[in-house]
Amino acid sequence: MHNPQLNSNGELNHLLSIDGLPREVLTHILDTASNFLEVSDRDVKKVPLLRGKSVFNLFFENSTRTRTTFEIAAKRLSADVINLDVSRSSTAKGETLLDTVDNLVAMHADMFVVRHASSGAPYLIADHLHRVGRNDVHVVNAGDGRHAHPTQGLLDMYTIRHYKKDFTNLRVAIVGDILHSRVARSDIHALSTLGAAEVRAVAPKTLLPSAVEKMGVRVCHDLAEGVRDCDVIIMLRLQNERMNGTLLPSAGEYSKCYGLTPKILALARPDAIVMHPGPMNRGVEIDSEVADGPQAVILPQVTFGIAVRMAVLSILAGN
Amino acid sequence: MHTHNIHIRNGRVIDPKNGVDATLDVFIADGRIAALGRAPAGFVAERTIDASRQIVCPGLVDLSAHLAGIESELLAAVAGGITALACPPDTKPPLDEPGLVERLVRRSETLGLAQVYPIGALTRQLDGEKLSELSNLTRAGCIAFSQAKQPIVDTQVLLRAMQYAATFAYAVHLQAQDHHLTGDGVAHDGEIASRLGLTGIPVCAETIAIGTALQLARETGVQLHLARLSSAAGIALVREARRAGVAVTCDIAVHHLHLSEMDIGYFDSHARFDPPLRSDSDRDALRAAAADGLAAICSDHTPIDEDGKQLPFAEALPGATGLELLLPLTLKLAEEMKLPLAAALARITCDPAAILGIEAGALSIGSPADVCIFDPAEPWQVTAETLRSEGKNTPFLGYEMAGRVHTTLVGGRVVFAL
Amino acid sequence: MPLSELPDAEAQCAQLAELIRPQLSPDTALVGIHSGGVWVARRLRELLGLSDEIGLIDVSFYRDDFGEKGLHPQIKPTSIPFDVEGRPLILVDDVLYTGRTTRAAINELFDYGRPASIRLAVLADRGGRELPICADYCTWQIDLGKHEELVLEADASAHLQWRLAQHA
Repeated sequence: MHNPQLNSNGELNHLLSIDGLPREVLTHILDTASNFLEVSDRDVKKVPLLRGKSVFNLFFENSTRTRTTFEIAAKRLSADVINLDVSRSSTAKGETLLDTVDNLVAMHADMFVVRHASSGAPYLIADHLHRVGRNDVHVVNAGDGRHAHPTQGLLDMYTIRHYKKDFTNLRVAIVGDILHSRVARSDIHALSTLGAAEVRAVAPKTLLPSAVEKMGVRVCHDLAEGVRDCDVIIMLRLQNERMNGTLLPSAGEYSKCYGLTPKILALARPDAIVMHPGPMNRGVEIDSEVADGPQAVILPQVTFGIAVRMAVLSILAGN
Repeated sequence: MHTHNIHIRNGRVIDPKNGVDATLDVFIADGRIAALGRAPAGFVAERTIDASRQIVCPGLVDLSAHLAGIESELLAAVAGGITALACPPDTKPPLDEPGLVERLVRRSETLGLAQVYPIGALTRQLDGEKLSELSNLTRAGCIAFSQAKQPIVDTQVLLRAMQYAATFAYAVHLQAQDHHLTGDGVAHDGEIASRLGLTGIPVCAETIAIGTALQLARETGVQLHLARLSSAAGIALVREARRAGVAVTCDIAVHHLHLSEMDIGYFDSHARFDPPLRSDSDRDALRAAAADGLAAICSDHTPIDEDGKQLPFAEALPGATGLELLLPLTLKLAEEMKLPLAAALARITCDPAAILGIEAGALSIGSPADVCIFDPAEPWQVTAETLRSEGKNTPFLGYEMAGRVHTTLVGGRVVFAL
Repeated sequence: MPLSELPDAEAQCAQLAELIRPQLSPDTALVGIHSGGVWVARRLRELLGLSDEIGLIDVSFYRDDFGEKGLHPQIKPTSIPFDVEGRPLILVDDVLYTGRTTRAAINELFDYGRPASIRLAVLADRGGRELPICADYCTWQIDLGKHEELVLEADASAHLQWRLAQHA
């Protein structure tokens, strides 16, 4: 099956999911991101790489955080950024997703950054662009349903590489609602491709996908066991919608069983880092003492996120 | 209406019901099969059809086909060699009024293509709460009752519906799927759905519903047919029931015999089905059940236009076009499983006819001359142009099929010729 | 051209330093363009006895051929460890050819601030200019064909030498 993300030269044409990308493509993005970090330290935080290009943020699912970081990344590359407010756009009036895309392509969109509540929506767009012969328009998946959030996965990997250098001997614990998490899936695929020694999925059974072991993880239902001796802990946000009573009885019970406290953190390696894609539910999945503590690298993740997104946008625009 | 005397020459006649598989001539008079082999005394052919290198079999019988645009779909049916089909009750509006049923029957009779056997709505509006007028609907032409793909959540209602149907010896078809366990699932709850972040429908949604249906069928004595099985565990339950002497029948949709969750690929909405495509091992069990005759095969024809499929996977409408693929996909199964042609053809002729309780699916002397003449080896490509149905939605679009219908007769009239 | 006929790059660095020395001011800063320009800039800093660190520039993000060629696979860091504002700069490169690299470097420097002036110092000018750019200091002028490439290399002991390569 032809990989819709890669063009005939094996170069990245769309970024839809980490699943299916060769290791070299991932490391190329991480290497390129290092260079962009330095741009953000300059007074003029801009390079002209994407000058004249139009990047459309198509966010069907609200997210000020992700949209803002993509906007910053695109603007630092001197691109023109247009934010499509879906709630007031023609899509709300019943225009189909693909009709919206066609209209924007007619307005000379060069790149779409898409966030959608349905898994697979960016693939539909990429496939459509291919069928109408517009392989010069690129799609970046900013999060589709539960399926993937590839730029988050990449910035998480950048963060790990920054602090831990090498993936080969790394033990990583991913804790929380993995069933509903696109971040978890992207992280799992990235860690697997980059050769992490062990990835542990830590959650109650109700929050784990079926056959999750097939994705190459070791399942732990006990947080202490899951975190013991690991080098990286990725905490996932517990969404309020999950606390409706059928998946979890309450936030309080979840916090007691799966919340990261200093005592639990002490079971990991002393130099373990704590990560979180944000926004955090302080006191639920993570104690403030840990979030604000020396092992947390949550704010650097945000900085790295801009550099990684700059790398992705420029690699796509140049291919 | 005057029908011609027709002589079908030199074809390989396969009639599974009557155990015929030989090169024989077929003679048709007064719209019925007059003789096989030698012409009846005084027979003068008014039309001769050369069936050399082709197979002559009973017109196919399809257990479920949605007829969105009735004329185009019935044309597609006969182009696919189907001469009798059952139409499920989830039309718009549902077939819960005798008037609607009568209109459907009249319209299809006027068209004079494949014969349409309506399956009536078991509950009003298919809402799973109140019984439809089963007796009146039968008088109007319904040959069985079902909920199409709608659930009956209240088991008490299901029990009463079966009891009532059993009173009149009406058959009940059920796509057994527990409503709550299905939830808003769109794919098989397994490796692929987990990886792709799609909500899954576990196998137990089917097995629990089958278990419920079988027990209630035993209680009520209703004639139960389980439609569109999708899992190995479901098949196992039916096998067990049959071994215990329960007279339950079942069918499998033809796409499910060839495809699995792996065919979703990169969220291909053409692989969105209800019930979902399950694992490879489920598919293998379905194939075995079709091969050994536990299950009949149907098309579950569901024509859907571009707008319904060009959507993210979870939002796309489930189902595929199937009338013109029923035969070639059944032949493909036969070839891959080294199944004798007669056995494979039985699954789409006499077996479904028996399930529906209609006089069809066989070339018995004196029976209506519903005949399908096809070239089993002739390749054709599945494209929007070659498909006569308005539904072009199938994962097999662009693929090459082997098995092309050349001539279809209904009641001794040629209703399709290539 | 055989190796023996190519000039001694180390000697050329010394020559270049002598060309620059008379016009040097106390706050002149050197900026080398990766990779050859950086090596030459380091030599010049030693030879001219400058105390400030040199600036290093990678022009990958400012090239004008991004649309056709995409991002260069090996990007090196740009690092300008001094304030560009109001300073006279000398941009250093090994070979001046079309002038596009110089143009990109100038654009990049202006994103750091507004220098008092920029002068260009190169070891070799091989002609073939496509933009109105010229070297202020140059030790060697040589006309080369489109299929020829003049490459400055540093061996294991960081000794600089020229190599002339032919392309298909």
